[in-house]
Order: sequence, then structure tokens, then C-alpha cells
Amino acid sequence: MWSYIESIAIPVAALLLSLVIFSVFILFSGANAIDVLEAIFRGAFGSWFSWQNTLVRAAPLMLTAICTALPARIGLIVIGGEGAMVAGGLAAAMIGIALNGLPPLLVISSMVLTGSLIGGLWIAAVGAFKHYRNVNETISSLLLNYIAIAVLNFLVLGILRDPASLNKPSSYPIGDANMIGNIGDTSIHGGLIFGVVTCLILWFVMRRTTFGFAVDMIGGNRRAAQLSGLAVGKLVIVTCFIAGAAAGLAGMIEIAAVQGRANTSLNAGYGYAGILVAFLARHNPLAIIPVALLLGGIRASSGLLQRNFDLPDATTLVLQGIIFIVILASEAFYGKLNWFKPKVVTA
Amino acid sequence: MTSISPYVLEAVNISKRFGELQALANVTLKLRAGSFHALLGENGAGKSTLVKCIMGYYQPDEGDVLFGDRQQAITNPNEAMLLGIGMVYQHFTLIPNMSVAENIILSRPRLPAIINWKQEMTQLREKMQAMPFQIPLKAPITSLAAGEKQKVEIIKQLLLDTKVLILDEPTSVLTPTEADEVLGQIRAMTRSQNLSVLIITHKFREVMNFADEVTVLRKGQYVGSAKVSDVTPPILAEMMVGREVISTPLQREPTAAQQPVLTITNLHVNDDSGVPALSGLSLSINTGEIVGIAGVSGNGQRELVQVLAGQRERMDGTITVHDHDYNATRAQMRQHKFHCLPEEPLRNACVASMSVADNLAFRRFDRPPFARNNGLLDRKAIRSRAKELIDRFNIKTPGPSNPIGNLSGGNVQRAVLARELADPVDVLVVANPCFGLDFGAVADIHQQIMAARNRGAAVLLISEDLDEILELSDRLLVISNGKLVYETTPAQAELATIGKYMAGH
Ligand SMILES: Nc1ncnc2c1ncn2[C@@H]1O[C@H](COP(=O)(O)OP(=O)(O)OP(=O)(O)O)[C@@H](O)[C@H]1O
Ligand SMILES: [Mg+2]
Repeated sequence: MWSYIESIAIPVAALLLSLVIFSVFILFSGANAIDVLEAIFRGAFGSWFSWQNTLVRAAPLMLTAICTALPARIGLIVIGGEGAMVAGGLAAAMIGIALNGLPPLLVISSMVLTGSLIGGLWIAAVGAFKHYRNVNETISSLLLNYIAIAVLNFLVLGILRDPASLNKPSSYPIGDANMIGNIGDTSIHGGLIFGVVTCLILWFVMRRTTFGFAVDMIGGNRRAAQLSGLAVGKLVIVTCFIAGAAAGLAGMIEIAAVQGRANTSLNAGYGYAGILVAFLARHNPLAIIPVALLLGGIRASSGLLQRNFDLPDATTLVLQGIIFIVILASEAFYGKLNWFKPKVVTA
Repeated sequence: MTSISPYVLEAVNISKRFGELQALANVTLKLRAGSFHALLGENGAGKSTLVKCIMGYYQPDEGDVLFGDRQQAITNPNEAMLLGIGMVYQHFTLIPNMSVAENIILSRPRLPAIINWKQEMTQLREKMQAMPFQIPLKAPITSLAAGEKQKVEIIKQLLLDTKVLILDEPTSVLTPTEADEVLGQIRAMTRSQNLSVLIITHKFREVMNFADEVTVLRKGQYVGSAKVSDVTPPILAEMMVGREVISTPLQREPTAAQQPVLTITNLHVNDDSGVPALSGLSLSINTGEIVGIAGVSGNGQRELVQVLAGQRERMDGTITVHDHDYNATRAQMRQHKFHCLPEEPLRNACVASMSVADNLAFRRFDRPPFARNNGLLDRKAIRSRAKELIDRFNIKTPGPSNPIGNLSGGNVQRAVLARELADPVDVLVVANPCFGLDFGAVADIHQQIMAARNRGAAVLLISEDLDEILELSDRLLVISNGKLVYETTPAQAELATIGKYMAGH
């Protein structure tokens, strides 16, 4: 019971503290902090229009958050969501371009499979390096991000480049017929369903299956897992694969639901923001859904801040960064909060 | 207020509750200046909780701690340390990746902003000369065996300016000789210097030989205090459990035709720093046989258990069980009914943050009835099985869903024992199984190990307690420097010869 209260109270307190620090930052840039916070709220959740904006941004965040949350459950700090998203998205785009003309259902399914497969292999490699060569997973996943982005640029500026794309070099399009449509007559694309369903499934898997149990055993104490004969290496790699597949799926959605072609929008920072979502959600796939909404909302409000307050585009990134640091620091308080547990001092 | 009290430290009417569980109810303990005071009680009686309340690690719900001019509970361990109360906890608190010297220096409650390591090291080396035992200061903690770590914990406290030293089961991991040496030195310090000692122990021998006074707790209640000269072990045992204690001797039954079950050939294993820990160890254990390995801690015992438990890779050599290669996979463990009770169970065999029920399910969670064949967990079945084991093995816990890390030391040990011994066993590897158990539980576990043997299990018993090995084993081996150097049977064993081989001569 106590740990339950704690797991809500600490992140909420951390969020409030972040807002306070952010307000100080806003004051220094010469705007009224209250107005800015109010605008962020309006831009995120103030109207149906802003809700749609928020939901569209939350969808990839849910998937990239999984890329950090699952490995964290097995004891690895992976920050390679950005790279897996780029790799998955790029692979999906290439398949889409190659198969363009075939029945859309076939093309879209091939893109989903390819995107998840490549994203999955991308992070599975991180797990394998860690297990067999003891390469630090945080560093290797970070470096793989740069590799993925470099490959993307190489291809999009090279053989994949559509000569018609002038301002923003892009690949050839995958074709309108192969796009994932919107939900009803909203501007929310089908990717949201992928995100929510993936989180729900993984929540169930972690809670109710022997696989989730084994992952928590390894993450909790590798020695105890070994003593029970668990195949630690295999489980680490499989977990990393699932994590990467989720991020790869996010890349595929960015291609098939938003851009229609591969370009640098694939590395717009969803992968890094996903790390923040995962930590805020304490690596619980169910909690990732609301946290992704919150972060999606902050990102959605960015345009409004720029227009109304003349604040730089990066302002919401600053807020994200502050939240990230405060959340990481707040980890230290778990299990230590006994100020308001009963205490008797008789003098 | 300043009337002179014969007591340095008084814990008065302490009560502490964890959720539903009343861990301490109105307990009083008075520590006389310059005395060596023992605190006794069964596993889960509340001994650790009481001393943690004194140290300010827990806040008592009620009651005061009187120390020096202070009239109220201490609010945190750092404050206690600054007041001159030092404690060695039941679980190790050393930082594994740092060296012995770094751990000792960093444990000081007040550290300068910049540490002059050179000067500190020189001072430390000097002070170490006066210490009752020596530890290589540069060695990383990970490379030390349990006994050596415990010595570091004690030295750490002795080097601070400690007036009251609280020891929570300091000798559990020491050999009797080491324990006598350590306790002898500490007792000498209570006589010659301004030191008072409160020691939690399960060993009557230590109470009788070293303590001046004793306080007994039972199920969170204060039972009584006495001068050690006025009591005997049977009286203490009765105070602890609340009734007269009758012990049943171990029944060693003759076993049928013996066949080798576990065979180790030419095993080579390195320790954490890559130095050979086992060099060419071979042994074979038959059905219905307990083979005991005696030795001074740090001679390769830990690495041997880790290899058998699948926690460490071997460099060379073969391990076979029932003539099949054995690599500690889950399938092989299940097929050969291979079970293991490593030392320091919380660190080596449990996930502290997971519940007691989950920890009890580690061996079988992926099998019916705990998992349906498609891999879905049945949490209800796990819980009800846990309840059954908690009853059968007498594990004291607030409930099956309590994190196992909150259990008392002895009860963690019991939980692991329950998990490993509840099912039929063909091979059992046991390391220091009675570390931290009360006398009732020790007898219980010895009975269980003997019963497993009588049912035909091959048992490898690795222990730093020679008495335990002599009592349980059919065959006794001595390990020294990663090799088995001597073999005998308990009946023919001569202590002097064993001691000579243990010392590596
Ligand atoms: N943090 C905690 N939360 C919940 N219960 C706890 C906690 N700490 C201790 N307990 C419970 O309080 C009781 C007393 O525990 P304590 O550790 O004081 O026993 P002990 O006398 O030191 O036993 P042992 O000889 O096994 O070390 C036990 O039943 C234990 O499960
Ligand atoms: Mg204890």
C-alpha cells in the first residue's frame, strides 16, 4: 500500500518541482511564467484540436518508451530508441517503395513486419554485445543511434533520394494508397492504436506471463536467476528484441501515417523523449500511456509558445530536460520517505 | 537528570510495528558500561529491529533511547555514529567495487571534502597493526569471502571512535576459531578501553564464553535479562522458545548400493579478478552420501558453489550428473533434481524486491499448476503454494506478498531452504546453511539435510563450521588453495591433522 502511494506521490511531486524550475527559466527569458504554463496546458489539452495534436505525438512516444522500459526491467539501461526508430522506419520505407503497386494491405503488413524486425535486431544487438562481450549497453545503444542516423542521411541523400524533394531531401514516396489512414474524421492517425495496444499487451505480458516473471527475476538479481537455471542471455536478447521492435514500429508509423517517405523527420527526438517517458512511468507499460500523453501534450504546445510569446522552439525541450533531470534525481527517494509516517518523540 | 547511571545506553519501552506485525512490544534493554551484553532470540524475534531502533535506522513507534545526555530516540544512523554508537549490520554494507581501504575510510561519518589518500593509507596501515585481524587493504571487496568481509565490517567500526559497539550476528560467517579470536579481542577491548558491546548471536557457546549479561526476546516481547554466570544454555533455550527444548539426534540410515551421482573432474575456475580459484579439483559424490568440504574461507569454496549453481563459468574440466554433462541449465536442474542453497541467500538466491511468494516459486513458476502451458502465470496457485510452504517450514513473514528483503535474516534462509527442499532432491549443494539461524532452525536444517541424504540424495556440504561438517558428513575433504588436499571420515578425523591441512601446510 505504502509503495503504491509512493509510486504516485514521488513522480507527481517531481513534476511539480520541474514546473517551478521551468517557471524560473521562463522569468529569465522575459515572459510571464503563469501565462506560459497556461498556454502549455491550452496547447496540450485545451481544445479538441489540441487533444488531437497531443494524441498524434503521444503515439510514437508510447512505442519508443517501451524501448527503454523493457530492457530496464531486465536490468539494462538502453537509450537506443532513436536509432531503432530510424532503422525501423527506414527499412519500412524501403520495403514500401519497393512493393508500391501491390495490394495496400500486403504492403502495409510488410512494412509493419520489416520495421519491427529491423528495429528489433537493432536493439537485440545491444543485448547480445552486453551479454557475450560485456559491452556497456548504454554506450553501445547511444552509438548505434548515430550510426542509424548516418545511414538514413546517406541513403536519403543518395540512392533513395527523390529528385522532386528540394527543401527537405527525402526518399521516394511509398504511395498514397499505402498510407495508414486517420481514425474517423479526426486528424489522429491509426498509429495511436498501435501504441496503445502494444503498451496494453506488454503490460499483460510483464504481469501475467512466465516470460515477464523471468525478466523481473533477472532484472532484480541476476545471480538468483542463474541459480534457478534461467537462460539469462537468451532472455536478455529476446527482451531487447521486443523493445527495439516497438521503436521500429514507431518509425514505420512515422513513415506510413505521417511523412509518406523517409527523411530526417524520423530522428525528430521521439526516441530520446521516450527515455523520459519510460523513467517517468517507472518502466511500467501501462503507466507509459498517460505519461506519453503528458509529454505528447508538452510537445504539441510548442508551436503555440513560439507564436504567442516569441519563445524559442526549444523551450519545450528545456521543460522536457528539466523534468528528466528531476525525475532521475527523485529515484533516490523511493523507500526513504518517512517524514509523514507516524513518529513519536517524547522529550 | 545527571545522576550517575551504571548504564551507557538504555532503550526503554520500545515498540515497533510493521503494518500488521508487532515486531517489538514494550521492550527494554539496558547496557552496562564496559560490559559485553548478548541479545538472544529466535529468528524473527525482533533483535535486529531493536538494535536498528537504537541506531535510528528505524524510528520506534514508542519508547526512548537514553545515551549520554540524550533522552530521546536517535533519528538516523549518522547521528548515532557521531554520538559514538557503531553497528555491524547482519547483511553486508560494504561497497563491492571498492577496496577494503576505501570502504573503511568512506565509512567515517564526517569526511573532509578532499581526501588525502596517501596520508589516510599510512595512518590506516599503522592503526591496522593494532587490530585483532589483518586484511589486505588494497583488495576489492568482491574478491573477499563472507568471513573476510565480516572482519572488514568489524574493523571499520573499531577504527571509528566507538563507545558502544553493536554487532548483529558478527560470527555467523566465521569459523569457530576465528570467532573466538574476534570475540576475544573485542572483549579485551571492553576491559582495557572505554568500550561497551551489544552482540546478537545464535551461538550459546559464544554467550557463555564471552558475555557478561544476556537479554532474551521472544516474538517481539521482552522475556528477561540475566547475568551469564547465573544461566545455562538449556535455560536460555527455554527462555527463547517459551518451553523446554528436547533435541532429537540425527538419524543416519544405512543407504543401499552407492553409485556416483555428481562427478567433478579436473575443474579449473577463476575468481572475479581472473586469478585461478580452483585448480584441478576433482571429486565424486554417491547416492545417499554427504560429502563435507572444510576449509578456511577464501580457498575456492565460493567459486565451487558458483560454478555448480550456474553463476560462474569454468575454464576447464567436466561436471557430470548421472553420467550426463551438467551445465546448470534449467532443464538439467529439473531433470537431475539439482538443488542449491548458496551462502548469503538474499544476495545469491533471492530477488529482494519480489514477494516471498514469488521467491518461493523460482524453481517452478514455469510449470503447471503455476503456469498454464501457454505461459500464463497463475498467481493464485503461487500464493497458495507459498502459504503452504510458509506453514510447513515455519517462515515468519507478515504475509506471502511481503517483499522477501524485509524478512529477518534467518527467515530469508528458511524461505530459500523451503524452495530448494520442498521437492524431491537428487543432488543438493549446500554452502554455510546455518549462517544466521537460531538453534531450533539449525537442528531443523540438519535434520532436513540428513533426511534428503537418507532418501538417496547426493549432498555436497561446504561449510566453514567444522563441527557442522563433522556432524553431518559421511566423508570429509579439506580444501586449500583451490585444491582438495586431504580426505578422511568424521569417525577417523583428527582435528590437528585437519587443521594442519586447512592452514595449507
Ligand atoms: N522493514 C520491515 N518491514 C516489514 N516487516 C519487517 C521489516 N523488518 C523486519 N520485519 C519483520 O519483523 C520481525 C522481526 O524481524 P527482525 O529482523 O528484527 O528479527 P531478528 O530477531 O533479527 O531475526 P533473525 O535472527 O532471523 O535475524 C520479522 O518477522 C520480520 O519479518
Ligand atoms: Mg536479525
